[in-house]
Amino acid sequence: MSNNLRILVATKRVIDYAVKIRVNAAGTAVETANVKHSMNPFDEIGTEQAIQIKEGLEKAKTGKAEVVVVSCGPAKVQETLRTALAMGADRAIHVESNDELQPLAVAKVLKAIVEKEKPDLVILGKQAIDDDSNQTGQMLAGLLNWPQATFASKVELGEKAMTVTREVDGGVETIKTALPAILTTDLRLNTPRYASLPNIMKAKKKPLAKLTVAELGVDVKPRLEILKVAEPAKRQGGKMVESVDDLVDKLKNEAKVL
Amino acid sequence: MSALLNIAARRAPAGLRRAATSATSQIRHYSSPIDLRAVVNRRFLDEQKELQSLARAFADNEFAPKMQEWDENQHFPADVLRKGAELGFGGLYTREDVGGAGLTRLDTSIIFEALSTGCTSTTAYISIHNMCAWMIDSFGSEEQRQKYLPRLTSMEQFASYCLTEPGAGSDAGGLSTTAVKKGSHYVLNGSKAFISGGGSSDVYVIMARTGGPGPKGISCFIVEKGFKGLSFGKKENKLGWNSQPTRAVIMEDCEVPAENLVGVEGQGFSIAMKGLNGGRINIGSCSLGAAQASIEAAVEHVKVRKQFNQPLAHFQNTQFKLADMATSLLSSRLMIRQAAAMLDQGHPDVASYCAMAKLHSTDECFKIIDDSLQLHGGYGYLKDYKVNVFLRDARVHRILEGTNEVMRMVTSRAMLTE
Repeated sequence: MSNNLRILVATKRVIDYAVKIRVNAAGTAVETANVKHSMNPFDEIGTEQAIQIKEGLEKAKTGKAEVVVVSCGPAKVQETLRTALAMGADRAIHVESNDELQPLAVAKVLKAIVEKEKPDLVILGKQAIDDDSNQTGQMLAGLLNWPQATFASKVELGEKAMTVTREVDGGVETIKTALPAILTTDLRLNTPRYASLPNIMKAKKKPLAKLTVAELGVDVKPRLEILKVAEPAKRQGGKMVESVDDLVDKLKNEAKVL
Repeated sequence: MSALLNIAARRAPAGLRRAATSATSQIRHYSSPIDLRAVVNRRFLDEQKELQSLARAFADNEFAPKMQEWDENQHFPADVLRKGAELGFGGLYTREDVGGAGLTRLDTSIIFEALSTGCTSTTAYISIHNMCAWMIDSFGSEEQRQKYLPRLTSMEQFASYCLTEPGAGSDAGGLSTTAVKKGSHYVLNGSKAFISGGGSSDVYVIMARTGGPGPKGISCFIVEKGFKGLSFGKKENKLGWNSQPTRAVIMEDCEVPAENLVGVEGQGFSIAMKGLNGGRINIGSCSLGAAQASIEAAVEHVKVRKQFNQPLAHFQNTQFKLADMATSLLSSRLMIRQAAAMLDQGHPDVASYCAMAKLHSTDECFKIIDDSLQLHGGYGYLKDYKVNVFLRDARVHRILEGTNEVMRMVTSRAMLTE
């Protein structure tokens, strides 16, 4: 078996998972100014998976893979791309845009990149931890008319095909799909590596191509309008009850759950 | 005091005295020819932030959950150290051809600060190991570099630095371990005290006397565990730094091949002192991390802990205390980074600036940690909370790598020498 693959990994720069998020003063979005950002954790898993596939092929001497990472957004997303390069991706593509990019817009941008790069496999996080849309991978599969294997917790690569174990509501499901295909990652797929210090330095020298949305000829105009963003209601303090009767009374008449 | 100063000055190597002399004008004129862009430049914003972010992630995931356990059980986490070495922590400022990361001292300081937020004691050991690797890299022969450094940068083997003796602490130039050349070997006799990693390490960088009294009679040797005549004292029971063993290293007719002499005979004290300039920055950086983590812990605690029906954070005393702690940490950090940048630039005044940075940062950071413990109230005194570990670990930073009294000697000598 000989495989020569090109794997495209989509990454998104999001507010760091450890940051306590706040709604902005206007109530239109989450506050992103002066807040720590990092790579979407599911995209880190996606990057790791691509690198593991590449290393697996090289180790078994059954083929080669090129890992290309792509991100859309303002100049700052290059930080995220550099992180992926430091982990072991071969090159990066930055699609610059300062506009709001909704999942359909990102899927369209990715479709244009796929048409340019002709990858055998596109890996995305199952969702980004900022808006939790869980749509981009599926939309991209639809736009390309490619098979999709979402919520992957295990991936085995075969000849022009892959076997994927998916995390579904009822348990796990194993499917086989031909390549090219779309893969979206779930939490248990792997544990992303740390980028080593020498690799962080080397990442500076890896190629990072810059494109604009206009150059790709993609319409990224939002189709959805956000009306309002609000914080969940503050938790009410508890009350001490005197007796069981008292409790039953409150459950019946105040909480109205009995 | 003046007699003590004279002794120290006489024993200081010529290079150190020259450096001290030129430092005088710097201190007196309040002018700084140091390129401060190296401290706060654009590069820090990008590349060094990435190094910092990696080190902090490693500290958060690999060190912090285990720090108290390692402290309690006096466990030396060799496996975690090797995991860190895979990322480059085993030879941060060692050259790349032997597996080092080839970073600057400023990069290294930033990394040590971030790592020690997770476990100060373990990071301090990493810093000592790095200093030994740097000594072999900088002053060793090509054969020594190729033989020892690949296994040290990978932390397949660990290294220890041996200068202090039971009778020669601050007066390191008066050390009495001897090395006598006999044919193709040197025969070493004497003992080294308070050796971090002693007994666990595989490679010992040992200072011993080959010539007459004073610093110029001292030479530097690489001694391997297993060499005939090398043995170790009992494991010391310490207040802190419990994740690394400390033992005496004893040499009784210890035979060391002549090719294990580092540099030339008589160069040892100069190597030792150059190592210590950087060692002081490293230890100061470890104090910065301990103080940073203690401030973070205090901020968390005062937001949650309520007294008089309000969080402690609502009291002005708490607010002012936190502001003082942050201010003090920042001043320490700036001094450490400036001195680290001077090391990178080979600045002639580096000795006194490293000494001032170490003095200020280790004293101030210890106070910050103590203040954090105070803000924790009774909880701070419990071992369930982390602050006590930082307090005990950082306490020794005021004693080792030259006591803070020696730092004052080095600094004032620079001011007073004509």
